[in-house]
Parts: sequence; C-alpha cells; structure tokens
Amino acid sequence: MEGGPAITLAALSITFLVGLSRAMILFIVTSGLSFVLGVLRVPNLAHGSLYMIGAFAAYSITMLFGGGSVGFWLALILAPLVVALISLVAERSLFCHLYQREHLMLLLFTFALMLILGDLTKMVWGADYRSIMPPTILQGSVSIFGSPFPKYNLFLLIIGPLVAIGLWLFSSKTKIGKIARAAAVDMEMVGAIGINVSWVFAFAFVLGCFLAGLGGALVSPTISVTIGMDHNIIIEAFLIVTIGGLGNMWGAMVGSLIFGITQSFGVLLWPQFAIVFPYLAVVIVLTLKPTGMLKSVW
Amino acid sequence: MFGEMIRQKSFGVSVAIFVILLLAPSFLPRFYIYFLAVIFVTALLAMSLNLCVGHGMLFQFHHGVFYGVGAYTTGLLLAKTSLPWWLAFVAGPLAAAFAGLLIGMFCIRLSRLYFGMLQISLGSLIWAIAFRWYDLTGGDDGIHGIPIPDFIASTTSSYYFVLMVLGICLILLYLILKSPFGSTLQAIRDNPERCAAVGINVRRHQLKAIVIATFFGGVAGVLFVVVEGSIFPDLLFWTLSLEIFIMCLLGGWFTFAGPILGAAFIVSLRTFVGTYTEYWTLILGIILILLIFFLPEGVMGYNYRKLFRSRTQYSAEGQTE
Repeated sequence: MEGGPAITLAALSITFLVGLSRAMILFIVTSGLSFVLGVLRVPNLAHGSLYMIGAFAAYSITMLFGGGSVGFWLALILAPLVVALISLVAERSLFCHLYQREHLMLLLFTFALMLILGDLTKMVWGADYRSIMPPTILQGSVSIFGSPFPKYNLFLLIIGPLVAIGLWLFSSKTKIGKIARAAAVDMEMVGAIGINVSWVFAFAFVLGCFLAGLGGALVSPTISVTIGMDHNIIIEAFLIVTIGGLGNMWGAMVGSLIFGITQSFGVLLWPQFAIVFPYLAVVIVLTLKPTGMLKSVW
Repeated sequence: MFGEMIRQKSFGVSVAIFVILLLAPSFLPRFYIYFLAVIFVTALLAMSLNLCVGHGMLFQFHHGVFYGVGAYTTGLLLAKTSLPWWLAFVAGPLAAAFAGLLIGMFCIRLSRLYFGMLQISLGSLIWAIAFRWYDLTGGDDGIHGIPIPDFIASTTSSYYFVLMVLGICLILLYLILKSPFGSTLQAIRDNPERCAAVGINVRRHQLKAIVIATFFGGVAGVLFVVVEGSIFPDLLFWTLSLEIFIMCLLGGWFTFAGPILGAAFIVSLRTFVGTYTEYWTLILGIILILLIFFLPEGVMGYNYRKLFRSRTQYSAEGQTE
C-alpha cells in the first residue's frame, strides 16, 4: 500500500480531521451516557432514542423558522432542551419510583423507554429521511493541504472541546457537579450528609439526556435523519464508554477518538468493510486492557 | 437420570402439552401452525441463552450472533453448494459452537458488563461482515428462497420437524442442567469465589456452558432456515439479542421453562398486535412498564427474589463485619 496514489498526505490529514469531527459528536453523546452510568449505575438504553429525538427536533425547529440559519441556531439551543424536558417527565413520573428496586429493573425500564420513544418518534415524524442545511456561515468548505474540508466539521471540532471543558468545569468547580461526582463514588454517604439523593439522580439523568439531545441536534446537518439511528448510536456509545472506562468523562473522550478515527481510516483503506474497523479497535483495546483505557468509577 | 426426570410432577404436564402439539396440525389452520413453529424456534433460542444467563450468570449480551451463524452456515451451504442436506444441518450448530468457543475464549477473562460489551463488539464484527460481504451473503438483502429438502418443505412437515428437534433439545438441556456439570455451573453462579476455592476451574466451566449454549443457539438458527427459507443480517444484529435477553427475564430466568413462556409472549405480541398496528413495540414497552411497576414477581419469578434477597443479606453482613 506504500506510495499508492490514493493515499497522499492531504488524504490522510482530511481523513484524520473527518474522524476527529465524528469523534466530537460521539464524545458529546457518550459523555452523557457515561455521566448517567457513573451516577445511577444503569446503562441507559434509551440514550440513543433521545439522541434520535434531538436530531428530529432540530429538524422540526429549523423548519418552523423557515429552514434558514436563524432556525438552525435556535434548534441547536431548543432541541436539547426539548429532549431534557422529555427525560425529566419520564424520570419524575416513572423512573424515580424504581430507585429502591434491583438494578435489573432499572435496566428493564430503560429498555421499555427505548421501545416507547422509538415508536413515538415514528408516530410523530414518520419513516422518511430528513435533512437540514447547516447555517450559511458554516456552508461550503475550507482548503486543507489543497483538499476541501467542510466548514461544519470545523465547527464540530471547536464545539467538542468546548463541551468537554464545560463539563469538566461543571463537575469540578460547581457545587452540584461535585455532589454528582461524590454520588458516583459513594451514594449512601451523599445521602447520609443530608442531600436529596433522588434529585441528584434526576439531575444526572436529565443532564445526560440533554447531552444526547445536543449530540443529535449537532449531527442533524451531516447525516440524513431517520428512525433506526438510535440503534446504531447506542451500541457505539456503549462500546466507547466501555473502552474508555465506565463513568469516566475523559475516558469517553479517548474512546470516541479511537472509534471516530478508526472509522474514518477504515473508509479510506477498505470502504466495503469500513464498519469493521472500530469494532476491531474495541476488541484490541479490551483484550489488552480489560477494564478500559482510563480508571472506571465503578 | 431419566428415571428422575419421569418422576417429576411437571413431566406429565409436559407430555400432555407435547401430545396436544403433535395433534395440532389436524385442527389448527395453516397460519397458526407456522406461528407455533416460529414460537418453537424462538423458544429454543431463548432456552439456549438462559443456560448462560440464568444458570451461569454470564452476561451473554450478543447471543443472536450464534443463532445467525447457525442459520447463515446452513443457509449458505444449502443455497450455494450441492452438499447433502444433513451435512448442512449438522454444520450450522457446529459452526455456531465454534464461534462460541472463539468469542468465549476472548470474553471469559472479563467480568460481567465488560464480558457483555466485548461480546457485543466481537458479534458486531460478524454482523458487519455478513452485512457487507455482498458476494457471499447477499449483504443487507440476505438470501431468500433457500432450497429446503422436500420432506420438510411443507408447513406441516416443517412444523413436525421443528417440534421434534425442540423436544430433543429440551430433554438434552434438562439433562445437562441436572448433570454434575449443570450443578457446578449453578454453584459458580451463586458463589464463584467459593467454587474456585474448592478447586473448580470456574472459567473452564463457564466456557463449556457458552459452547453448549451457542451450539443450541445454532440449532435454533438451522430451524429458522427450515421454517422461513431465508437468511438476512438482522439475525445477527444486537437488537435481536436484546430481545431474547428480555424473553429470559420476562419468563423467569432462574426457572427451566421460563424462557419458553417469554418467547411465546413476545412472538405472540409481535404477530397479533403487529397485524393491527405497526407500533407493536410501543405496546410491548407499555406492558413492560406495567409489569415492572405492578408485577415484578411475574417478570422475574419467585426464585429471583429469593436468590437476591439472600445475596443482599450476605453482602450487608459482610459490610457490618
């Protein structure tokens, strides 16, 4: 493969950047999943469905405001809030009554939620493919080593680290963030010093789902939004959380980078079997480091 | 061992059900015969998974892959080669068991959730290959109209074939669970540390359980080909695995026949609610939530509570020490 005409420095760097921007979307979704997993100790199977709803909501909000740039920026703010609201309702009306039960019940509940949200999405938006344009300022591409690179992906490369820094500041500097981190380590102790554990759970769940919605809204201009995208993202997100280290936010970042970059290099090297590469990477990581790259909170 | 099985109270009930099922084709319309055959296939699949999940406490998250490997091996051999049919039928379960051995050897070193995740990843590899290798597997379309041997080609004869194989497999699974191996497996589930301390090779037993379970999963895959005459990549997709996992939980995963009930419940729901509305998973979700809130014992069965109560007591005692 050395010196092959297809693999030039430009192609390699573009491939790397595309993988990196894909990793940013994955990170935003996965960090939410990881946060819920860390605090509630439950793999939230409905996380992918909320990501899908975020993407559909972004589509509808953009269309509501005429499909232009203003609509998109509003959608980017409102769609995650819509998703957060849905998760808050589900959490306060049903989920919060199950915290005293076995963990398997919580897992079954998130499965039921996934089934229900999946079908509700189909009812509201139908089975068609939807797509929206990025705002005018982010349309077109810039030249990197003489090859075109979409401006929107550049925007993702900025948003991803911003979200990571925001999450880090939130969890290490604010009081509620510190409580949530403490809850991830020792829930009983947090309850014992007089903090309402149920609300900590609710907060963690809603924040995690908000991030899923944000990821969905951010991804909507780059793909065709359709039902079924929940099943793909949730399995990727779980694998990323596992190779990164359960509940560890930086682990989610490392895992997303591994996943996104192997995926885009797979497309470059062997397009037909590109989807095999990230799974292969997961297998290699778990074989070498069975409990993930970084320290798990479990 | 047979004698003990025959003395069981539930043995009479099982025989009665079996006789009714034998006579079913004479009074049921054709659609229901097909429907029952689908339940049998799914029930065998759920039973095979439960050997790992319920009796071995191994989080086999991607059992569907072995079902798919069995179905693909048999389907491809029937459709693309001129090998005798029985060779194709034997090759399916063997290929599934081999895949189970390979994947199991990778996964067995990891604990619980990591075990399941690595399995999902390795299983997704196989899914991706079947999904993309158009020349061999037909890609996302799969292969339809696989030539089934004449003597089991009709709905009724395939029904009898599936029923016979299911019956044999259930007896085998029962005998395996009652054998010293089965008892050891359940002992490992209840207390792996103590089992290791008395000199049982824990991982070796678990790996054996995985290979046996995947073998029977492969048998279910072969039966799927017999009933449907087609193969497609959804057989290997992880949502199917999740569905079978739920079947085990619904029916009661510490019981022998629980997964059969779970399978019958979900297949019926899909078939009958599915004809009225395309939103049958919504109904399934609502039923699940109702069960979780009002009938948790129905979901898990009594044994579940018993086991976990004793376990939480045990850990509570451990903490107070």
